[in-house]
Amino acid sequence: MFDKTVAELSAALKARKVSSAELTRAFLDRISRYKDLNAFISVDPERSLAQARAADERIARGQGGPLTGVPVAQKDIFCADGWLTTCGSKMLANFVAPYNATVIEKFDAAGCVNLGKTNMDEFAMGSSNETSFYGPVKNPWDTQAVPGGSSGGSAAAVAARLAPAATGTDTGGSIRQPAALCGITGIKPSYGRVSRYGMIAFASSLDQGGPMTKTAEDAALLLNAMCGFDARDSTSVDQPVPDFTATLNNSIKGLRIGLPKEYFGAGLSADVAKVVEAAIAEYRKLGAEVVDVSLPNSQLAIPCYYVLAPAEASSNLARFDGVRYGYRAPEYKDLIDMYCKTRAQGFGAEVKRRILIGTYVLSAGYYDAYYLQAQRLRRLITDDFNRAFEKCDVIAGPTSPTTAFNLGAKTDDPVAMYLSDIYTISVNLAGLPGMSIPAGFGSDQRPVGLQLIGKYFDEARLLNAAHQYQQATDWHQRAPKEFA
Amino acid sequence: MEWETVIGLEVHVQLLTKSKLFSGAATQYGAEPNTQACAVDLALPGVLPVMNRDAARMAAKFGLAIGAKINNRSVFARKNYFYPDLPKGYQISQYELPVVSQGKLRIEVDGQEKIVGVARAHLEEDAGKSLHEDFHGLTGIDLNRAGTPLLEIVSEPDLRSAKEAVAYLKKLHSLVTYLEICDGNMQEGSFRCDANVSVRPKGQKEFGTRAEIKNVNSFRFVEKAIEFEIERQIELIEGGGKVVQETRLYDSVKNETRSMRGKEEAHDYRYFPDPDLLPLVIEAAFIEETGKTLPELPDAKAERFQQQYKLSAYDAGVLTATRAMADYYEQVVRASGADPKIAANWIAVELSGFLNSENKDITESPVKAPMMAGLLKRLADNTVSGKIAKDVLAAMWAGEGDADAVIEKKGLKQITDTGAIEKAVDEVIAKNPKQLEQYRAGKEALFGFFVGQVMKATQGKANPAQVNELLKKKLAG
Repeated sequence: MFDKTVAELSAALKARKVSSAELTRAFLDRISRYKDLNAFISVDPERSLAQARAADERIARGQGGPLTGVPVAQKDIFCADGWLTTCGSKMLANFVAPYNATVIEKFDAAGCVNLGKTNMDEFAMGSSNETSFYGPVKNPWDTQAVPGGSSGGSAAAVAARLAPAATGTDTGGSIRQPAALCGITGIKPSYGRVSRYGMIAFASSLDQGGPMTKTAEDAALLLNAMCGFDARDSTSVDQPVPDFTATLNNSIKGLRIGLPKEYFGAGLSADVAKVVEAAIAEYRKLGAEVVDVSLPNSQLAIPCYYVLAPAEASSNLARFDGVRYGYRAPEYKDLIDMYCKTRAQGFGAEVKRRILIGTYVLSAGYYDAYYLQAQRLRRLITDDFNRAFEKCDVIAGPTSPTTAFNLGAKTDDPVAMYLSDIYTISVNLAGLPGMSIPAGFGSDQRPVGLQLIGKYFDEARLLNAAHQYQQATDWHQRAPKEFA
Repeated sequence: MEWETVIGLEVHVQLLTKSKLFSGAATQYGAEPNTQACAVDLALPGVLPVMNRDAARMAAKFGLAIGAKINNRSVFARKNYFYPDLPKGYQISQYELPVVSQGKLRIEVDGQEKIVGVARAHLEEDAGKSLHEDFHGLTGIDLNRAGTPLLEIVSEPDLRSAKEAVAYLKKLHSLVTYLEICDGNMQEGSFRCDANVSVRPKGQKEFGTRAEIKNVNSFRFVEKAIEFEIERQIELIEGGGKVVQETRLYDSVKNETRSMRGKEEAHDYRYFPDPDLLPLVIEAAFIEETGKTLPELPDAKAERFQQQYKLSAYDAGVLTATRAMADYYEQVVRASGADPKIAANWIAVELSGFLNSENKDITESPVKAPMMAGLLKRLADNTVSGKIAKDVLAAMWAGEGDADAVIEKKGLKQITDTGAIEKAVDEVIAKNPKQLEQYRAGKEALFGFFVGQVMKATQGKANPAQVNELLKKKLAG
């Protein structure tokens, strides 16, 4: 049962072969059994089971929808009314959210069960889940390895079958990179598709929530529930949301897949390159047409991102000041001392680093050289994609340059860590939808992800392409041995 | 040396929206602390701002009223600084691209007209309040005001005296209340002013170093604060010192400005466009629609009052100083059918005297427009004389009822019965033979004496015109 997809569980629930309460209890037991993975920050069995029972009643009344009764793990970045919501930080270790994020509200309305809050890099800043105040998450494929980040808890939970599906957020690759490193499917929708209301902000112009699942079909099911205009988020886009499951089975004959040459150059490990090439070959077999494209400003994405994201973060995180909620230093002399000690003690090293960078690039005398310049680069990077999409429908390439690295391997080298998002970051800068699907394994037997990038609001085509690939391959069905 | 003063004003106008600039919480003044602060105002993790459309409409209205450019696209920016009553750690304001720019305001000082440039007006949210009393050494935070919409109106440095500054402020105050975008209540902080003041030798082109005087909350204090500051700066420079760029606080008790924080403590606010908000786009249709809601503005109204009611420029100015005053006047004219000039006199002089003596606004007058109209009717139909009417007004002001009730109760009805007046005249003439003789001998100045005696005999109630006529006839013999 743990191996079942959301689509399968949905059918079983509808057929009353299993109750939501049974499912929820079973997954909660499993979470507790594998708590050494550290995939969850908190669970609240009573609340989860209450939701499950309500879902069962709804199904019994014949009012269930496709997700009613399905347990979904929520990244601990989403505020859920009455739930501890920590964002992976000591700063919010005592914060019980008094309201629901729009995403949580939508899952509630769909009748999903909140299975618990998953571990994550502190304030979503990290690529390995090692910056979490709650300690690193282990990769279920190899517990020596990182699960990726920042949605590492969600990725590990789905990979280890601790949850049928989970949510993530992606600011520079935080859904796609951990999905790749844990061998699961993850999609970051176009910027504006999923409301950011109640999703604790890291970098507002880049953050986007999305599902992390075993299959593309499941991703489509969850995305159906998550998307939609929200008047509470001014950056949410008022665009019609199609039924993403409706086009999954379309043929992809003639689909033009663009391969950016910049994604296959130096820095890409041979293992990953081999897997990605094999996946492209598979697409050819399915009738796709492969074309060469170029994203000439790709190498600028990381410097651009590491100006803009910290700039926004430095301001977004100013509210964590010890005044109204969250952590406050126990002892202080005066107001300034309270601020300093609270923030010195409440934030971890990576968060502080980014606040400092962000403060610096926005400072008088530096703003033009860093912030404005980075905004210009952002436009160039976006233009690259627009030009490339004149020649293709979907862009394909690696999600991450390597398979999962070992815990601790990059913690002392932030730049090396930042480079693990080299293929994902530009997608956020352009605001495009991007996806990672399991495509094979490296020689270290750790998973490799294939990244698919789509045009604005073209998630349906990404999911279609991913689903067709998953009909022809079984990489997405593989589970880590211990958790199969 | 002769010095020239240069003043620029920044006025924070609290907009009369029902809800806050970026949240649905109410903006009403005076509620229990923190009862009008929602999740967005408290800056809980994850919340987002949503722009209040009404605030944009009000900003556009103001822009139209001062003939300014209403920018099709303006951008909200974050002004970053830490303070306990600033929940997000930044204030959402507009920086590089304000909603309104390049307007003009006409003022008049000592009969001289002057056009003052309005550089810009931008939307921003207010902060909360820190309460330092009643908490035994702790500080209380009230976030009711946090997020309240403000329109910050920045003048060009066009003002040359404290008087001009006050004239500009009064004009602006009148305008925003006419437009019904601000209640204009200075005590409650709905209309706050910061003044940038500098001096320079007359004829010099470059500006001197300026000091900013913060938050002066009445017209009188603005004038005094600026006057003090001008003198301080001139004395300082003439004594060989230098003005430092700084923020100064006006102390109305000691009538002086004091240094608040110097430049060395100046913040780097790290402004950048707020990524949570799209640029504010104001379409031409929205501006056109807003234009239709513009009321008659003070200058146009004053012009009309001069034309329509044949008022002097001065009276028209006084009666249009506030929209409430103008409405009051027109209501009285309509309801009383009185000569508009006489109505103007009774309101601009007599009633204003009472208002000023108790520092009241026309809206707080116990003599409402229908009551004033009632009095003017009795004046017109000779029920009371002008002199008695003043007594009636005083009684109405004191809450003794409307004109008819006061006249009735106090027996102030004018005597117009010719027989009664004639009787009084005859008696007065009979009682004063000596004066009669002198009058008839040519001492015509004694006419007034006889009028006075008749009025005295009738307790002032005799119709003065009839008294004059009868006396003239009878004294002539």
